[in-house]
Amino acid sequence: MAIVRLKKGFDIHLLGDISDNGIVAASRPQTVAVIPDDFHGIIPRMEKKEGEHVDAGEPLYHDKNDEAIKVVAPVSGTVKEVRRGERRHIDAIVIAPDGGDGIVTHDLKRPARDVLLDSGLWVMMRQRPYDVVPSPSVRPRDVFVTAFDSAPLAPDLDIVLGDKRQYIARGVEVLGSLTDGKVRIGVREGQTIDAPSAVVTTFVGPHPAGNVGVQAANTVPVNKGETVWTLDIVTLARIGELFTTGRVSHDTVVAITGEMVQEPRYVKTVMGADLETVLKNETTNLAMSRIICGNVLTGVKVEPDQWLCAPYRHITVIPENNKPDEFMGWASLRPSRFSIYRTFTTWLGSLNKPVSFDSRIKGGERAIVRTGEYDAMLPMDIYGEFLIKAIISGDIDKMEQLGIYEIAPEDFALAEFADTSKLELQRIVREGLDKLRAEMS
Amino acid sequence: MKALRNFMNKVEPSFRPGGKWAKLESVYDGMETFLFTPNTTSRSGSHIHDGNDLKRTMITVVVALIPALLFGMYNIGYQHYLAIGNSHEGWFTMFMYGLFAMLPVIIVSYGVGLGIEFIGAQIHHKEIQEGFLVTGILIPLIVPINTPLWMTALATAFAVIFAKEIFGGTGMNIFNVALITRAFLFFSYPSHMSGDEPFVKVDSILGMGGGTVVDSFTGATPLGQVATSVGEPAMTNILGEPISCLDAFIGLIPGSPGETSMIAILIGAVILLITGIASWRIMCSVFVGGLAMGALVYALPSHVYPASMLDPVTQLCLGGFAFGAVFMATDPVTGARTKVGQYIYGLLIGVFAILIRVYNSGYPEGMMLAILLMNAFAPLIDHCVVSSNIKRRARRVATKE
Repeated sequence: MAIVRLKKGFDIHLLGDISDNGIVAASRPQTVAVIPDDFHGIIPRMEKKEGEHVDAGEPLYHDKNDEAIKVVAPVSGTVKEVRRGERRHIDAIVIAPDGGDGIVTHDLKRPARDVLLDSGLWVMMRQRPYDVVPSPSVRPRDVFVTAFDSAPLAPDLDIVLGDKRQYIARGVEVLGSLTDGKVRIGVREGQTIDAPSAVVTTFVGPHPAGNVGVQAANTVPVNKGETVWTLDIVTLARIGELFTTGRVSHDTVVAITGEMVQEPRYVKTVMGADLETVLKNETTNLAMSRIICGNVLTGVKVEPDQWLCAPYRHITVIPENNKPDEFMGWASLRPSRFSIYRTFTTWLGSLNKPVSFDSRIKGGERAIVRTGEYDAMLPMDIYGEFLIKAIISGDIDKMEQLGIYEIAPEDFALAEFADTSKLELQRIVREGLDKLRAEMS
Repeated sequence: MKALRNFMNKVEPSFRPGGKWAKLESVYDGMETFLFTPNTTSRSGSHIHDGNDLKRTMITVVVALIPALLFGMYNIGYQHYLAIGNSHEGWFTMFMYGLFAMLPVIIVSYGVGLGIEFIGAQIHHKEIQEGFLVTGILIPLIVPINTPLWMTALATAFAVIFAKEIFGGTGMNIFNVALITRAFLFFSYPSHMSGDEPFVKVDSILGMGGGTVVDSFTGATPLGQVATSVGEPAMTNILGEPISCLDAFIGLIPGSPGETSMIAILIGAVILLITGIASWRIMCSVFVGGLAMGALVYALPSHVYPASMLDPVTQLCLGGFAFGAVFMATDPVTGARTKVGQYIYGLLIGVFAILIRVYNSGYPEGMMLAILLMNAFAPLIDHCVVSSNIKRRARRVATKE
């Protein structure tokens, strides 16, 4: 088994990590929602109206450009509300679960691709380039699967997997039949995967070693004109389960972590469950907290009355800024002001001690001044700073030449954390990818 | 702090559109973010951010410049009392003399530079940025102490407007702003920039110092003396006594305030390298390039070019070489940004500095021109380095097909 050692990157240690690996079952959700923004790259066309009944696994909507791509309901119930925002953009499709066990069973004799598309698991995969839901008309060169999450406070995917682990081998078989290349799984040191037909590579190093894009770039990078699929091991196991039992399991294990959580732990619930149920009695002071669906680097800020969003495995609750403006904070010598740079004194102590972080940006947005900051956080053969500049200036040729096809916004998340100039790198990368996709289609 | 915060909150409305001082909105914003690190939170993207920001970065550079600044003040006094034949004056008096000599220059530099930045920010409705914090302290350190204040003001204004603001402000300039100030002075008023007069202040300030200059006085810098010497170059202090490389290392020789003391500069270099603000690649390669070129010219001495008879180490200790290498060449905005590019950029600065110094007797000091020249070439160097990455990527596709 090949081992890739990555030096670049940084592990941020936050307060509120899980100490006990036990899983607690959450009570049944009041409501369950599907958030179309979770599945970037498809434009929803509703198949169900408000008030209609759906079974678990039954399509709620499909892509406007390709009817085959379906997004399904995770539970059986009634469509309670199609919540719309500005310009009729669908913010959420809310389902009131009826507690029934109606679930769609798929005919496994049909082509694997069609079953995947109908099952709703298709939209849980991404493709590079563009980091969007894969296009069904393109056969991928390879399929990349990451078996671990290296983000701050991230759940151990082996625990999230639980007994679904047995379906991994079947998942690899199915995806292997849909690609001309290999199914390539990236694992961390000491992790084992029981899938003979997959190419398994061990990645050693700090975050973002667990990012599937980083793993691809350090094994078989994506070139212009090529398409690869990316997904995590949990989705792979779900695909395996679908092609074994004919049904999609919508259960999920969520890590509830962060400084503002009373007792960080794993909770078993349903995809898209309402946070009121999931976070009941879990947080210490909700009014002073920021709830993040996902990790602190790439997650989405959500309100307590919203729902668990993709990839349905992690919630972080950190303090919302509750401090007054800091007097001359730039001159601070307080060791508690955390910085990975030696302009502050954190490095004299330990950079690995868990620290408290709130949501302040701690500085104004500036032009890029310091050199090499992005490169130090991006373990890829890419000049991050030059790529960002090409994206900002809208130079499509330069973006292509500098490797935009290999990246996703999440790959720049750590650079965004570390950026002295406080630029919104993930937003910049996302806009660049969207622009390029629009140009190319 | 609370009172100050309350005061800032109270006066805020008059600085907002419609208020009495609306024209000074960017000044208010600048002051506010200077006093209080804003508590704005992230809206999208990463929810946590590192504690470092550009203000901290810039202020660290200013801290690294303080040893050179303090020593420069002392040296101004030292040279003055030496010139009037009173070298037994106490160090504190010497320092105070230098302090009073430099304060007006610092005030003019910051006043003019920040004034223009504030106006520029107001015109573009942008936040004031902190780039001038460093430039404003660099200018007094590299401008000869006897330069008339109006010249310094004019040169600063020229540099800030034409080397920085027209390119888009902090982080966008091509040439180092402080060096443009120096170059403007150098080419516009050459008689005030070299020779006997500019580097040693001989008149009294606020009743301090002053007196008759001793007969043997010569105010030229060692490099200036070398450039005009015939035959074996001999360097002397302002009294005509010979000086060695060690004197130049300690720094009690005539020169621009910041550049004379290697010790003070090295303290600054250590601060910049430990905090990781300056690129060690650039800094080290400038010295390596200077040493290499210095050794080459030393190996081929010529009486036509007296500076070619200086040994390489002395070359590095004299003039603005060390100051330029540590504080000017490492400016990330105007320097090369790729790692490989930084080695090339630094090496060439070192090489050109010695080359200009030795073989162009019209410019006894080569560092300023070498850095400005390489500033112009830095984007090209980076372009070549990045192109190799682009080619590697293109080859990957080509081998597939």
